[in-house]
Amino acid sequence: MRTLIALLLLATATNAPSQTLKIGELNSYKVFPAFLEPYKKGWQLALEEINAAGGAAGRKLEIVSRDDGGTPGDAVRVAEELIAREKVDVLMGTFASHVGLAVANLANQRKILFLAAEPLTDKIVWENGNRYTFRLRPSTYMQTAMLIPEALKLKKKRWAIVYPNYEYGQSATASFKKLLKQAQPDVEFVAEQAPPLGKIDAGAVVQALAEAKPDAIFSSLFAVDLQKFVREGNTRGLFKSTVVFNLLAGEPEYLDTLKDETPEGWWVTGYPWSEIDTPEHRRFRDAYQKRWNDYPRQGSVVGYTAVYSVANAAKRAGSIDTEKLIEALKGLQMPTPFGQILWRPIDHQSTMGAYVGQLAQKAGRGVMVDWRYADGATYQPSDREIRALRKE
Amino acid sequence: MSGSAVLLQFLNGLAGASSLFLVAAGLSLIFGVTRIVNFAHGSLFMLGMYAALALEPHVGFWWSVPLAALAVGALGALLEALLLRRLYAAPELLQLLATFALVLLIKDFALWAWGPEDLLGPRAPGLDGAVRIAGSRFPEYDLFLIALGPLVLGALWALLRRTRWGILVRAATQDREMAGALGVDERRLFASVFALGALLAGLGGALQLPREPATLAIDLQIVVDAFVVVVIGGLGSIPGAFLAALLIGEIKAFCIGLGYSEFTLAIEFVVMAAVLVLRPWGLLGRLPAPRRGPGALEPPLAPPSRAVLLALAGVAAGLCALPLATGGYALVLLTDILVFAIFAVSLHFLMGPGGMLSFGHAAYFGLGAYGAGLLTLKAGAPMMLALLAAPFAAASAALVFGWFCVRLQGVYLAMLTLAFAQIVWSVVYQWNAFTGGSNGLIGIWPAAWLSARTAYYYLTLAACLAATACMWRMLFAPFGYALRAGRDSPLRAGAIGIDVRAHQWAAFVFAGLFAGLAGGLYAFSKGSISPEALAVPRSVDGLVMVLLGGVHTLIGPLWGAALFTWLQDSVARGFDYWRAVIGAVILLLVLVLPGGLGSLLRGRRAP
Repeated sequence: MRTLIALLLLATATNAPSQTLKIGELNSYKVFPAFLEPYKKGWQLALEEINAAGGAAGRKLEIVSRDDGGTPGDAVRVAEELIAREKVDVLMGTFASHVGLAVANLANQRKILFLAAEPLTDKIVWENGNRYTFRLRPSTYMQTAMLIPEALKLKKKRWAIVYPNYEYGQSATASFKKLLKQAQPDVEFVAEQAPPLGKIDAGAVVQALAEAKPDAIFSSLFAVDLQKFVREGNTRGLFKSTVVFNLLAGEPEYLDTLKDETPEGWWVTGYPWSEIDTPEHRRFRDAYQKRWNDYPRQGSVVGYTAVYSVANAAKRAGSIDTEKLIEALKGLQMPTPFGQILWRPIDHQSTMGAYVGQLAQKAGRGVMVDWRYADGATYQPSDREIRALRKE
Repeated sequence: MSGSAVLLQFLNGLAGASSLFLVAAGLSLIFGVTRIVNFAHGSLFMLGMYAALALEPHVGFWWSVPLAALAVGALGALLEALLLRRLYAAPELLQLLATFALVLLIKDFALWAWGPEDLLGPRAPGLDGAVRIAGSRFPEYDLFLIALGPLVLGALWALLRRTRWGILVRAATQDREMAGALGVDERRLFASVFALGALLAGLGGALQLPREPATLAIDLQIVVDAFVVVVIGGLGSIPGAFLAALLIGEIKAFCIGLGYSEFTLAIEFVVMAAVLVLRPWGLLGRLPAPRRGPGALEPPLAPPSRAVLLALAGVAAGLCALPLATGGYALVLLTDILVFAIFAVSLHFLMGPGGMLSFGHAAYFGLGAYGAGLLTLKAGAPMMLALLAAPFAAASAALVFGWFCVRLQGVYLAMLTLAFAQIVWSVVYQWNAFTGGSNGLIGIWPAAWLSARTAYYYLTLAACLAATACMWRMLFAPFGYALRAGRDSPLRAGAIGIDVRAHQWAAFVFAGLFAGLAGGLYAFSKGSISPEALAVPRSVDGLVMVLLGGVHTLIGPLWGAALFTWLQDSVARGFDYWRAVIGAVILLLVLVLPGGLGSLLRGRRAP
């Protein structure tokens, strides 16, 4: 039997080298369709552009896309299928943090490059970071840190916090409290609400926050929870005297659903797609609108840039060998619709940033105004802290 | 909390309670009369939301509410006539499987019809503002809901107490077979009750629109909440549902008001567990009459015939030889299937021969997985030791929970297992330092000599064969006969000296033990474990596997696990709307093969 297995192994090993760079893409398309359909359109556009321009490292790009079922267990099985049956060269994708971490862990075990496109958790590049995993989107820590300068300027003393009760909300809250307290030691946190993810009891939460009479609120709510919170807060007048800082609320995926409820003056991170007028963004937006007859969302940029990252790494490596790809991706500088980014060698995090601005209403729609681009390179802890977290 | 804050949170609680009551009332009616565990109730609620959203631009919000409710009620009548009516004579619980298939179909229908985005509905015209109460602004619409809850309760009460139809419904709720024997036309009664229940679900959904966006995820959320309310109140009791909704609404509002918002993650399950332990039939429920008639007859379980055993040995030999043909993905998929086969067989052990329905079997699967993970990561235990110890982590929890559960019956028992599972889940989900919180535990890999796919496959195969053989052996030992005697006739079994509860308790622990084994194997095959392993969908998956295979067959759960896991894997790859495809396949199987897959290849028939 051993000889048989050896023969089989030999047979797979001597397969003719594929003339493509094969990316195995997996994501929770059925669980988070609102974010992931634009993401899919983003990577499809990039794929077409790259192949039209001749591919990368002398090969055409090919993407095999799968639904990962939205749970870590299913995602690991899907990733195994991509590795074992589809024989992909690179894994890419995932959305929720726990799914991303599980696939990153598998990538480390199976020794295959994994480009985590969407997950926000700090752990995927820090505590649970590994040699094979790289992450594109600005992390929870980075996006929280981006809001700190504006929060400090207001010199508010009494802060209330509301966050969805899972790792993203917890770590956003912890980072926010730590960073704010460092810079403004007299700050007081007067109330904290942690409703279950997707099931906020908005009336009671808004009432409890108002009861604490805060000067400002830091929130990491998103999607359904954000919509319910905004509507109740508007009705109950919570935002009249209180300024709110909300992670992610400026991303079209979340902002567009608020329409005429959009609360004016909130500080958010997001993506003001209609207003960014740099040449690289204009080119991307025009191409996207031409291809899909729709405007780009945050997910579109992430999907688009993720594929370009793999292609650029292959170009730089001149090979699709995993180890060479890893070395090429470390320190890779490349253009994106948001401008230049760098793939940090120290923790495999890209320096892709986000836009920080205030919410406003324009013709019954939510928009971001007075925004600035927060470069991801600026909002990082010290290298020493990162090495300690990565246990290096 | 100041006095005004107490008042406002009290009002918030009332508004929440009204919303809950509307959806729970319909579910309670349906269950009381037809005994259908209607998983699709949340889907009907969701359809009510979307329907109102679609109608609102044409007829305005206030007209869209009754129209949406009527539309959903009509759909309910249609579903009853076309689907559920065919299943009343089928083995109990098959309707549950059919309604689960409806959940999948309706979800993908909504995705197709309304798209993936969360849709925030309009505010209610005329009630879009707030009034000043105790110095704070309180939404007018919430006041309207607070008034509406008792109004609906009163209307239902009048309907049930003051009309002939109501008398028949109450008679059927109390003793369905007796009502039938006295000449009540069950068909019309069931159809009308199902339609009214669906209408109430649709009404609840439409009325919720000004408070929360329509999303595709709301169906399962709502149905679990509604079941909790119905069970706390007592199945079939409308005033009970109202009382329970009030209790849950107020407790939640005050948890938030007092700053303990983390508790709301599972507080309703804590309340439900407490109520069921103290009052096994809910707050205002009554002991239902025992089931009689064709659906209640359970065929005696026969040991597998020689031919079946030979066929099974052939399948096992084929599985042993498989790695000769492939070293790749087929082994990964089969490893998953074998793990779930152990899980399904353990659940079948509890549900079939044990006669104890469980909605929370994932707890033991998950505790096994976490037990293995924690021993490996925190205690540095060698892999084999962790794997062998994992089932005992699950079994010790089953020992405690089982003691409470076996004191209950039927759906009450099932809901208590769910309550315990959700409590365990919420602890695992929030205990960041120990269980890794929502991210779970990362880096649980098997020992080096088992890390190859083939090696791990053989380990799982051996475990699956051993576990299945062990459980089957138990079923045909005196223990198994006594267990089934207790299921079929607790009174007679007790009279001949069988301690029915002790046997049930033991079965509960054994089922937990083997589910824990499956969990441990699962953790090492994935390299990580997260709270999903012990969440509701995992329990539901187990139920679907057992029911697909056939709860009254021996080998059914194995086929069910294989088919369901394979379907999820292959259909998800081939179809965009894969949930709908799985739903359609399940519906087809339910209608064509009501006895389950296992009935195709069964043991000796009873004479």
